Order: sequence, then C-alpha cells, then structure tokens
Amino acid sequence: MAHDLYRRTPPGQHPPNRFDGYKSTASRSPTRPAVVLPQTLSEITGPLRRDERLGAQENDLTRQRMGEPLGERIVVHGRVVDEAGRPVPNALVEIWQCNAAGRYHHPGDQHDAPLDPNFYGGGRARADDNGAYRFVTIKPGAYPWGNHKNAWRPAHIHFSLFGPAFATRLITQMYFPNDPLLAYDPIYNSVPERARHRLQAAFDMDGTQPEWALAYEFDIVLRGRNATPMENGHG
Amino acid sequence: MADGLTPSQTIGPFYWGSLVSGYRADLAPAGVAGERIELALTLYDADGAVVPDGLIEIWQANSHGRYNHPEDRRNLPLDTGFEGFGRASADTSGTARFATVRPGRVPWPEGGLQAPHINISIFARGVLNRLATRLYFEGDPALATDPVLKLVDPARRSTLLATCDAAGVWCLPIHLGGDRETVFFDC
Ligand SMILES: [Fe+3]
Repeated sequence: MAHDLYRRTPPGQHPPNRFDGYKSTASRSPTRPAVVLPQTLSEITGPLRRDERLGAQENDLTRQRMGEPLGERIVVHGRVVDEAGRPVPNALVEIWQCNAAGRYHHPGDQHDAPLDPNFYGGGRARADDNGAYRFVTIKPGAYPWGNHKNAWRPAHIHFSLFGPAFATRLITQMYFPNDPLLAYDPIYNSVPERARHRLQAAFDMDGTQPEWALAYEFDIVLRGRNATPMENGHG
Repeated sequence: MADGLTPSQTIGPFYWGSLVSGYRADLAPAGVAGERIELALTLYDADGAVVPDGLIEIWQANSHGRYNHPEDRRNLPLDTGFEGFGRASADTSGTARFATVRPGRVPWPEGGLQAPHINISIFARGVLNRLATRLYFEGDPALATDPVLKLVDPARRSTLLATCDAAGVWCLPIHLGGDRETVFFDC
C-alpha cells in the first residue's frame, strides 16, 4: 500500500476552483475532477531554495529605494508552521503588495492612484529555525478591480510559500482585521466560511514599536506530514 | 490560530517584485549533465483564449533521475548548480519558456520507474487554487508503462504530452478548461 507522506486535505479548507462571484474563475477553472495521485518522490520533494541569498533589505519594503515610502509603516510577522504546529524552518516567504494609495508598481495596473517612487512592493524573508519571519512595510491601500459594480479589494498582502515539498506549495493573501470591505470581496469570500478568518492577520499590540510602527501577526499553516507507522506504534 | 490550513488565494494579475526577482527560466547552467532541452508551455482558458498573465513553475529531477532534496536518499549524482526549480511568467501569447535538461526516471512507490516527467504548478488571476500537472515527452518508450499515465483516462493522456516542434522546442498547451481540458492532479 502506498503511504502518502503529506496529509490529504479534507474539504472545507480551500476555495472551490470556480466561484460565481469572482468572474475570472468562470473560464479559468477545470471542470473535471483532479486525478488523485499517490505521493511519489516527485511530490514529496520540492524547491527548498536554500541557495537563494537574500539581500539585507529584502524584508524591509520601506528601505529598498532612495527615500521612505508614503503611508502607514507596519511590521508584519508570524510563523510558518505545519498542521501539527511544528515550525517549517528556513522557509522562504515572498510577498508583494500595492502602495498606500492602492496602486501596484506594475505596468498592468491602470488604477488612477499615484505611484510612489519609493515603494516597489516586493519583499522576501527567510524564516528562522522556529519558522518565524518578519517584514517591515507600509499598509497597502484598497483598490478597485472591475469585477462587479463598485468592486474594491480589501487591503491585502500577497504571500507565496513553498514549504518542504511540491505538495505543500501555497500562494495566498493576508488581510487586515475589521476591514469593512471583507464582507464584499468575492476573493476573500470564496474561502469556506469556517476557514476565512485564517486569512486575517491579528493586530499585535505587544509587537508594535513605540513611536515607529504598528504590528500585525500572520501565522501560515502548511500541509503537515502523516504520522509514520513507527509514530503510530509508539502511540 | 492553527485550527486548519491557511486557505489558498489567487496570485492575481500583479505578482511582481519579489516573484520577478525569483525568476529562473534557465535551470541548467553550462556544465550540468544531460540533454539540454527547451520548453514552451502555453496557457489557454476554457474558451480557448490565451492566458497572458499566468505564472508557471516547474520542478524536476536531474538527468540522472535524482531530485535535489533530502527526501531523495538514493545514491545518484547531484549536479552542482542544478536545483531543478524554474519559474517564468506567461508572455502576451500565453507562453512561458524554460531551458533545462531532460530529466531522468524516478521511482514509483510500489516498484519500477516512472517515465521522465516535469512537475508543473500553474497560478493566474482567476485561479483560486494552484493547479498541478505534469509534462511528459511524446515518443518516450517509457510512456507505455508509466504508472501515473495509467491512472489517467486514455482519451485525456495526450493533454500531458509535450511534442517537439521544428525548432526542437518541447511544446505543451495547457488548457484550464474546455474540450481539451488538461489533466490536473490532486497530490
Ligand atoms: Fe492584490
């Protein structure tokens, strides 16, 4: 019997591929069921990107240009863990976001809001041995996106994680607590209701830096390993 | 907070800064062992229109069939400078291009070997969950006995087969939906 190294994900954790409120999913979602593949070496290995050398300022998005970007400076930190709460050490965390005015430093973004020459909006951090990562950035603005009448994305930061294997790859978005736009956002609401709160960072008063920056905490939970037969044997 | 997995969300259209600096469309620097190949992966939506804003990642074994990862404990050579990971954005014609080496064969858990293949992740605006698929090489004699292809409806296996064009580039159209919908895997 094949034994999968990583736990199969039960329903109710992720959005469906097609979500009617999010228009682009209509033509970009497979309709046939995915073929269930036993986890082979191809799925339980994956890019660890340990050779990726990060620049000193890559996790501080406020210091990548000549001057300081406009907006509310924030610290975003948390831990990358698996389903059992075990850290995913040395994980590479990649983020990207729009500026405080709601505009991406991207040629495709035509939103009529100012670009900030001091804000590029991309960053990377390496989690430590306990899975802890930390970014300094500015709070992203809301922006309109044309999905429906008066559609605005709630403020969010895009996150990309590899975890230990091809099977654990995840791209997600972090939202801010108490944002009134969350209730209207089909991308956020595509996630089953019970799981949505996991996309919201927690305001972190203890982590705020006096006279300098508010802090938000965002833990990321990746797929974890099945118990091995030996672990079962030991209860 | 850890009461379940962090849910997936779309990459959106404006992935940029951090991901662009992590681009690696040429996986195999000079000196890496194996047959050098080029790949052209083209994304189409369910209506047959190209998807010009997708991001494609590939993950593969080296030419000896060894993954550069601690779970691969076999006594096979690792090539310096070859990680096996690539990332490229689709261009305006929906195509992401990679240069790499043809991968070797890797084992099947219940015995035997899989046909040479490249593991693919697809992200795009309108794609809420990563889509995982594989690229196989048309004409490879190992295809006939590949245990993964045996799990796939024979009528749909060709959606996983790259074909070599006149310029020697291995081309694979990837259809996110429609009549020619690609086979995606739950792994
Ligand atoms: Fe966004």
